[in-house]
Amino acid sequence: MEYRAQSLFLDGELTKHTVPALNIEFYKYIDNAITTIDLQEISKIDSAGIAFIDEILSQLELHPADSLSMNEMVRIAYATFTSAELSPIIAEKKIDIFTQLGSGFITFLKSVKDGTYLIADISYWSFVGIFNKKGQRKGSVIQQALFIGVDALGIIALLSMILGLILALQSAAQLRQFGANIFVADLMAVSMVTEMGPILTEIILAGRSGSSIASEIATMQVTEEIDALKMMAINPIRYIVVPKFHAITICIPLLVTASTLIGIFGGLIIAVTYLDLSATVFINRVFEILTLKDAVIGLGKSYFFAWVIVIIGSYYGFNVKGGAEGVGKVTTQAVVASIFWVIILDALNSLIFYFKI
Amino acid sequence: MKEPIISVKNLVAKYGEETILDNISVDIYPQEITVILGGSGCGKTTFIKNILKLYQPFSGSVKIFGKEVTSIDEQEFDDILSRIGMLFQNGALLNSLSIFDNVAIPLEQHTKLSKNVIEKMIKVKLDLVNLSHAINMVPSELSGGMKKRAALARAIALDPDILICDEPSSGLDPLTSASLDELILKLKDLLNMTIVIVTHELASIHRIADRIIFIDEGRLLFSGTLEDAKKTDIHEVRTFFEVGSF
Repeated sequence: MEYRAQSLFLDGELTKHTVPALNIEFYKYIDNAITTIDLQEISKIDSAGIAFIDEILSQLELHPADSLSMNEMVRIAYATFTSAELSPIIAEKKIDIFTQLGSGFITFLKSVKDGTYLIADISYWSFVGIFNKKGQRKGSVIQQALFIGVDALGIIALLSMILGLILALQSAAQLRQFGANIFVADLMAVSMVTEMGPILTEIILAGRSGSSIASEIATMQVTEEIDALKMMAINPIRYIVVPKFHAITICIPLLVTASTLIGIFGGLIIAVTYLDLSATVFINRVFEILTLKDAVIGLGKSYFFAWVIVIIGSYYGFNVKGGAEGVGKVTTQAVVASIFWVIILDALNSLIFYFKI
Repeated sequence: MKEPIISVKNLVAKYGEETILDNISVDIYPQEITVILGGSGCGKTTFIKNILKLYQPFSGSVKIFGKEVTSIDEQEFDDILSRIGMLFQNGALLNSLSIFDNVAIPLEQHTKLSKNVIEKMIKVKLDLVNLSHAINMVPSELSGGMKKRAALARAIALDPDILICDEPSSGLDPLTSASLDELILKLKDLLNMTIVIVTHELASIHRIADRIIFIDEGRLLFSGTLEDAKKTDIHEVRTFFEVGSF
C-alpha cells in the first residue's frame, strides 16, 4: 500500500489473507487527502478484498464510480462482490418493558389454554384407550412399562435403601438419648409411606421418564414425525402419550410400594444394629402405627404426581421451538417443572389431609 | 495435463459388513466443475463424506491439495478444511443462530478480518443467493429452498478453493436453480474455484458440468468429460442421459 498524489495505490494480492495487515496499514493514511484508490496493479482479489475496498470507501466517504481505478479482473470481481448498493443491516427493534409484560401475560394465558386442552385430550384418550386399543402401537404399553418401571427399579431401590438408612440413623442418635428407641419404627413407617417413598419415586421418575417423554416428543416434533402421524390420520396423543400414561399408571403403585418397603427395611437395619431392637418388635410396631388412610394417601398422590409428570413432559415436548437446541431446552424445562409441581402439589396435599384446611 | 486437486485411489467404504463404495479411483481437477451422478443410494454422498473424513474410509487413499488426508494430523486437516466449502443435502444450518451468524461462523473462525469487513462479506454472500431479506431470521423461519441457499452462502463465505455441493438444486424452483447454476459458474470463473456437485438435475448438468463421475451400486462406471459421457457405450450412463432428456 502506498500513498502519493492524493491516491492510495494497492498492488499484488488483495485476499482474506492479506486484508487484515492492509487494514492496519490503511489507518496510517486515513488522515491524508485521498481522492482515488488505484487497483490497477492488483493480481488477485476475492470477496474479502472487495469488502475491504468498500470499507475504505465508506471510511473516506468516497463514491466508487468517481474514486476507483481498476483493471478488468478487479472490475468484474467488484461488480459481483460489492456491498455498496446493498441496504444496511437493520438491527431488530428493542421491545419496551410494557410490551414485554403484555406479551408475557398473553403467552401465559395461551400456555394455560394449551395445557388445559392437552390435559383434556390425554384424559379422554387414556380413558377411551382402556377399552379401545385402536390408534396405539401393539405392545407399546408393555414396552413403556418396562422402561418406566422395570428399568427404574434398580436406582429407586438403591436410593430408597440409602434414604432409609440415613433417616433412621439421624433420628436414632436423638431417640437413644431419651430411651425412645422403639419410635424409630413409627418415624420410618409414617415418613416412608406418606412422604419419602412417593416423593423419592416421583422425583426419580421426573428426571428419568419426564425428560425422556419431553425429548422424545420434541424430537418427533422438530423432525416432522408428529406431522407425519397426523397425515396418516393417527392421533399423536393416542399413539405416543396414552401408552406412557397407561404404563406409568400400572407401574407407579409398584414402584412406590417397593421404594417404601426398601426404605423401611433400611430403618430396620439401623434399628437392629444400632438401637438393639429386635426385627419382630420393629415390624410389629410398623404395622401397629400405620393406618389404611396413610397407605391410601401415599398411593393416591403418587398416581396424581405420575400423571402430572406425563402431562408436563408431553406439554413441553409438543410446544418445542427450533431444532436441536429447542429439544434440549424443553427437556430441561420439563424436568424442572415436573419436580417443582410435584413438590408444590405434595405441600398442598399435606395441608389438605393433615391440617384439614 | 493438470495435476488433480483431489485424487482418490482404491477407496473402499463399508457400513458394517455391507460395502458401499467398492474400489473407487478418480481424479478431480482444479478450476473445473465435476458432477457426481448415480441412482439414489448408490454411494454418492458416502463418497463425498469419505473424501472429507466425515466417514472414515475403510481403505484407500485420498489426496487433497497433494496431501494424503487419511494419515495427516488433525491440525493439518483443519487447514485443508478451511479451504473447502461444503453445502450439505439438508443445509445443516445451526438452528440456534440467525442466518447472519451462520454465515459469520467460518469468517470469524478462520480469518482475522475486521467486523465491518466481515459484515460486508456476509451481506454480499446473502445477496448473491437472494437472501438479503432473511439476514436476521433463524433457520426454522425459512423454507427448505431458502435454508439451502443460506447454507450455500455459508459454504462460499470464505471464497473456498473447493466447493462441494450435495444436491444443491433439490427443493428449488427451476428459475432459482438456473440462477444458482449461474452463480456457481461465476464463482468458478472469478475465484478459480474447483466445484464438485452431486445432482440429478440434467438441465443443470448440461449448463455447468465440465466432467462427470458416474457411480452405480458403489462402483465407478464412468469418469470423463460431459461430451464423452454423452457418447459413451456404458448402458447405465447412456440411459441416464436419454431418460433424463425426456
